[in-house]
Amino acid sequence: MQLDIKKITKSNGFSAFTSALLAIGLGLVCGFLVMLGASPENSLYGFQTLLFGGMTRLGDVVYYATPIIMTGLAVGFAFKMGLFNIGASGQYTMGMFFAMYVGFMFKPPESIHWLLCMLAGLVGGILWGFIPGFFKALLNVNEVITSIMFNYIGMYLVDMLITKNSTMYISIKARTAYLPASAQMPSLGIRNSGANISFIIALLIAVILFIVLEMTIFGYELKATGYNKHASIYAGMNGKRNIILTMMIAGGLAGLGGAFYILSPSTIPGASMTYEPINVIASNGFTGIAVALLGSSNPLGIIFSGLFISYIQRSGSLVELYGYKPEIIDIVIAVIIYFSAFARLMGMAIPRLFKGKKSRHSESHDDASEPDNPPEGPGEEIPASDNPAVEASGEGA
Amino acid sequence: MPHACLRLQGILGQIKLDEVSMSEYIIEMLNITKEFPGILANDNITLRLKKGEIHALLGENGAGKSTLMSILFGLYQADSGEIRKNGVPVQIRNPNDANALGIGMVHQHFKLVEIFTVLENIILGVEPNKLGFLKMKEAREKVMELSEKYGLRVNPDAVIEKISVGMQQRVEILKMLFRENEILIFDEPTAVLTPQEIDELMEIMRGFKKEGKSILFITHKLNEIMAVADRCTVLWKGKCVGTVEVKNTSKEELSRMMVGRDVSFEVEKKDMEPGDVVLSVRNLSVPSKFHKKNAVRNVSFDVRAGEIVCIAGIDGNGQTELVSAITGLERPSGGTITLCGKDITRANIRTRSKTGMSHIPEDRHKHGLVLDYTLEQNMVLQRYWEPEFQNKGFIKKRNVRNYAEMLIEKYDVRSGQGPLTIARSMSGGNQQKAIIAREIDKKHELLVAVQPTRGLDIGAIEYIHKQLVASRDAGKAVLLVSLELDEVMAVSDRILVIYEGEIVGELDPKKTTVQELGLYMSGAKRDIA
Repeated sequence: MQLDIKKITKSNGFSAFTSALLAIGLGLVCGFLVMLGASPENSLYGFQTLLFGGMTRLGDVVYYATPIIMTGLAVGFAFKMGLFNIGASGQYTMGMFFAMYVGFMFKPPESIHWLLCMLAGLVGGILWGFIPGFFKALLNVNEVITSIMFNYIGMYLVDMLITKNSTMYISIKARTAYLPASAQMPSLGIRNSGANISFIIALLIAVILFIVLEMTIFGYELKATGYNKHASIYAGMNGKRNIILTMMIAGGLAGLGGAFYILSPSTIPGASMTYEPINVIASNGFTGIAVALLGSSNPLGIIFSGLFISYIQRSGSLVELYGYKPEIIDIVIAVIIYFSAFARLMGMAIPRLFKGKKSRHSESHDDASEPDNPPEGPGEEIPASDNPAVEASGEGA
Repeated sequence: MPHACLRLQGILGQIKLDEVSMSEYIIEMLNITKEFPGILANDNITLRLKKGEIHALLGENGAGKSTLMSILFGLYQADSGEIRKNGVPVQIRNPNDANALGIGMVHQHFKLVEIFTVLENIILGVEPNKLGFLKMKEAREKVMELSEKYGLRVNPDAVIEKISVGMQQRVEILKMLFRENEILIFDEPTAVLTPQEIDELMEIMRGFKKEGKSILFITHKLNEIMAVADRCTVLWKGKCVGTVEVKNTSKEELSRMMVGRDVSFEVEKKDMEPGDVVLSVRNLSVPSKFHKKNAVRNVSFDVRAGEIVCIAGIDGNGQTELVSAITGLERPSGGTITLCGKDITRANIRTRSKTGMSHIPEDRHKHGLVLDYTLEQNMVLQRYWEPEFQNKGFIKKRNVRNYAEMLIEKYDVRSGQGPLTIARSMSGGNQQKAIIAREIDKKHELLVAVQPTRGLDIGAIEYIHKQLVASRDAGKAVLLVSLELDEVMAVSDRILVIYEGEIVGELDPKKTTVQELGLYMSGAKRDIA
């Protein structure tokens, strides 16, 4: 039993998990302090809502979690190879546009319409991931810079294309028209929420990514390159191909996130999700960075961190009832991300706590091996040229 | 009662005072124990450094030398045990504490800011200033004075990345002197130096001793211990074997203490008749990263099956570039390379590997291992794509595990958690053994080994030499690049001396001497125009 605990506490997954929990805990404490400062009399109820408010809207939690899980996977997967994909927003927007375009402009059989839209989103994202990957691999252009720039290029391009298209855009309302029902994804049937099949697809994708990373030679090459680029070259891995492939996969994931967002079914019959082309970069892309960080870039961890961030965002919208601004939740999330940056550090502290307890436990059986005791005097190993004064002070101490 | 306590305290205080005046030891590390996951790095080790002595610390890789010194320098905290300076217990929580106690350290891998000048590096952290403005003139005078006094000639305005490794080491030493450290730790200082530089360093160390400074000297090289050290403490597998007076001991005895058995300094090698040409290099030129000229110029040679050809030369004469071109890490600017009859001049690394090349790289951390991967993952780094280890892109975990376990057993790679050990946590010698196991066990016709014994202890060196010779006896061609003259003479069947990117001589180790080899290496003599 003892041994099992030791094994678990030593594993990487455990330290990532505990450090995420610790970051969340500290973030919540900070949130409480801010609430206490803003409006002390409401802080207890407000904090209670912050913690448990999301429970009343689990459907929404799932619904809002789906796109950020996808962008989180997009950032996390690329990060496993040592690529910092800041471009999830642009890939997300492109995916959304491609999905919308197929939704409005194509008239395939109704039963497969949403599936085609989804695949179009995937293609849009792949395209927007491919370009920075291509530049990185062949011209060694830093992917951070290109992917940031492609956030803007993607966003302005999409806004331009939408506002020029009279089928998609309703200029009086300054938003896109409602998508046909056949283009919307099948609902999961949770009352009053947009939760739909895309969440299940996201979970499946995360599991597939986990398998790819842990069990395939592509994952082996990808992680080896992320850990040590020089060794991957030495081992004859095709780094260029892998960079492009990784960025395409990452882009595709974010693109799917955008498609999932726009293709969600509406709770109001005849309506749908809409997009407002107002020259703002999609925030879900950046939330993806936070989700990936909190989830230690592990696909399975990202499921949980995506759900958690969605949950706390839902709760945050409820604390308004107590007179708090919903921005308070952004502070909490920011603090959580901040502490996630210390993740490894804190992750190491917790197993040590376990270890400390264990060694104290064993001491009660075996007094001789007490490590904290000062030396009782020089041991036998010390060479003969011993100084008697040292021995005296050793006993005195 | 209180009164009695006071008196007792007084007596104790007196004892302490006496100690300070009487203690002949400047630093004592008493009963130091340090445990890392899966490995007891230091087990109740006691080390005492006398004032004004050169004290060598000897041990195999993974014996715990570096850990012990890191504890003294404040990089690690001991789990138990005590450190005393002049008999007074002290706490060393970080390198700043060590510095305040006058302890300085030259690390095996230098800690210098590459783009700063020599002078800037020396004063880094203790910049003489007035109200935050640097007093560079004063600093320069002090540095020049120190450099004069100890014969450590440096150019204070040279940029670190442009100067040689030997020079960089002088900068590290000057850093310690500038901080007025009196206890100097040298962590394997000679591993990166040429024979001439080693002699100079030994002279400098004797100079320090004369000035009353105390030196702790970590090394594997018995010759150096015999040459400069007064006393020597030997560690073996985390335990202290003992401390001996160097003048009362011999190389053989020291090596026995260190490895726990007798070690032969001779490499046993039966005569071999070289077979077919395996590697053929013709008119090869390789561009340099540092200057516009070629680092390797018009080099031609053959390596045959069943012979060990050694490229000897002083570091920085084009060996790295030559090997990079042969192994495919860099593109040559001219010439051809043929392996097993196949032109591989422009082939990618995987193709070379499939054609029959194994490569033990110069830098095991940079190229040889993915340090954050487990040992078993590293063991298949060159072979993971073979059908034995993958099926339709999925890794066959059981086969990887079995293969790794087989290699670990066969090549005696020691680690805390077997195949699941993270490579980073292994000792340097065992990391190197893992690479050698991987490269030798892989199907190959040519083995390229670049400084395979760098930084290793004699036990490991003996082992690696045996493996190289075994590979040769199995009819493989071996291309060895080495800076160690002893190694060159002992292992090789044929020596090619490289100087400024050109092969200046081809020697037979049986018919030449170390002195003659040295002349070729320094460019004083050449056969081939």
